[in-house]
Amino acid sequence: MVAPKTLFEKIWDAHVVASEPDCPVVLYIDLHLIHEMTSPQAFSGLRARGLRVRRPDRTVATVDHIIPTLNRAQAEIPPSTAELVRQIEKNCSDFGVALHGVSSESQGIVHVIGPELGLTQPGMTIVCGDSHTSTHGAFGALAFGIGTSEVEHVLATQCLLQRRPKTFEVKVDGSLPRGVTAKDLVLAIIARLGIGGATEHVLEYRGEAVRALSMDERMTVCNMSIEAGARAGMIAPDETTFAWLRGRRFAPKSFDAFRDLKSDDGARFDRTLEIDASRLEPMITYGTNPGMGMPISGVVPAETSKQALDYMGLKAGQRMLGQSIDVVFIGSCTNSRISDLRSAASVLKGRRVKARVLVVPGSLPIKRQAEEEGLDRVFREAGCEWREPGCSMCIALNGDELAEGQYCVSTSNRNFEGRQGKGGRTLLASPLTAAASAIEGRVADARQYL
Amino acid sequence: MDPITTFSGKTVALPIANIDTDQITPALFTKVTVKTGLGRILFAHWRYQGDFVPKPEFPLNRPGAQGATVLVSGDNFGCGSSREHAPWALVDYGFRAIISTSFADIFRGNALKNGLLPIVVDAAAHAEALKIAEQHETVSVDLPNQTLTLPGCGSVKFPIDAFSKKCLVEGIDQLGYIMKHEQAVSAFERATNSEES
Ligand code: SF4
Repeated sequence: MVAPKTLFEKIWDAHVVASEPDCPVVLYIDLHLIHEMTSPQAFSGLRARGLRVRRPDRTVATVDHIIPTLNRAQAEIPPSTAELVRQIEKNCSDFGVALHGVSSESQGIVHVIGPELGLTQPGMTIVCGDSHTSTHGAFGALAFGIGTSEVEHVLATQCLLQRRPKTFEVKVDGSLPRGVTAKDLVLAIIARLGIGGATEHVLEYRGEAVRALSMDERMTVCNMSIEAGARAGMIAPDETTFAWLRGRRFAPKSFDAFRDLKSDDGARFDRTLEIDASRLEPMITYGTNPGMGMPISGVVPAETSKQALDYMGLKAGQRMLGQSIDVVFIGSCTNSRISDLRSAASVLKGRRVKARVLVVPGSLPIKRQAEEEGLDRVFREAGCEWREPGCSMCIALNGDELAEGQYCVSTSNRNFEGRQGKGGRTLLASPLTAAASAIEGRVADARQYL
Repeated sequence: MDPITTFSGKTVALPIANIDTDQITPALFTKVTVKTGLGRILFAHWRYQGDFVPKPEFPLNRPGAQGATVLVSGDNFGCGSSREHAPWALVDYGFRAIISTSFADIFRGNALKNGLLPIVVDAAAHAEALKIAEQHETVSVDLPNQTLTLPGCGSVKFPIDAFSKKCLVEGIDQLGYIMKHEQAVSAFERATNSEES
């Protein structure tokens, strides 16, 4: 009898091209996503060695990190930004890589458009020079972030040198209470594991609460796996996955080959964490890394480091509920999909916001869809700014940024010092919490608006 | 990349846990298309006030820390984004090794590809290393024997996988290693029916 395997092991084993003793394996990569920030030096490397892109047909590019989200025709693009755009355009054209660029109808955040175009598929190995590549694991793919040297390796060879990570089962039973979202679930998992808690491991999210999640929600969960230090996060594909992918531009015609893509009964994981979804609350972060999160009704823990408290301007023992805020950011590859916009709009409808609110859809198709549904009107009438798609205030590279000392409830994935602008203070939360906080101008519990 | 075997270097301490790549190289300064000259932006938000004016109290700015090549940091160094600008900046600044109790996966891989040695030590040795680095004393690293020698407290072994060590010691280029498997890659593509269509 064949030994039972985990989902990770099945995909890994099927992609090993070569393995020599004492060496990492040569792993085949099915899909390589690239963007403007981490690819120029890799293409320069190829040129210096006189190499071509081995599989341009498996390489897909977009422009997302530095793109302005104001009306594009009018936006002023600083020279450093313009040069990055120019380079990715030239590199894609020179090397024959498809680019969903600035003027494309399918432009968007790399981790949003991969799935949206049906490029992301179960069983694949997917890499990108971006740590949130873990997002694609929501489809039962093995997807992880790589550095620019590795981008060059994959461009040249379609392969990577990889050491086999360990496996980590995150089993979520029960069901999420009303008003508690996938974002709250993953923030709770990271708070439990700590920011480095899953280093060297690949997480597999399992259990009935995970099965019940929509694809958008699964992407939110897998997206933030890296915030616990995990190499990747994944969820076995099922009918929910296939239904979501069916009919998309590059999606497979048949899903039969994917039905066995799950961890076998009796498969062993190196570690396991069990979570009871029914006991969770909406979450909010109070510190300077995503592991510093707590239930929204709680108080800032006594053991919080002085550096984090000083930076955040908070005191141990204080409540976060009611903390006054300046800005709300609804967007990023964690929470910029249509269901995220619908959920924020459901709270904002017919109300006015008391903070500056940026709503930034993850892709142009999502923006169009939202406009068709009238969500843009809901946001505008509430007093929010309705923007063009991109990374925007998740990484503050395009001019969308916090001023020193400002507090922002953000649906993005990182609250590191300066992440949303030098001196800016980020409180990570779900789109529901972000919308409720926007209305009150303070950190608020969205459950009272549902 | 120059091979690394043994070297000695002056230390500097940055005893903060979970230093992420947004602190090592703030994203704002990474809008570049080259790998060189990034030493200037290393720890920019912590290191400077205003327009690149050094903050005297930041450890790297102390007079005694000038010329340091070994950084002793808190736990879980390099978490966050995959940007290779972080090791590019550390190397450009002059660092050759970082000592911590743990490193984030992607950072660790990126560092090794750029000749920057992540040295993992246990909590006891880490505490010693921090004390030594507060005084900017010199430590020595012997990569072939995987030892770190701390003045006044002897040598400790540190782990590194055999392949990474070989690459560093012999200056092996990892892309070259993968390219040697070209035939296996083509065979894999044929066997899995994933040739270019
Ligand atoms: S939205 Fe934020 S986390 Fe996602 S790819 Fe863009 S910058 Fe990275």
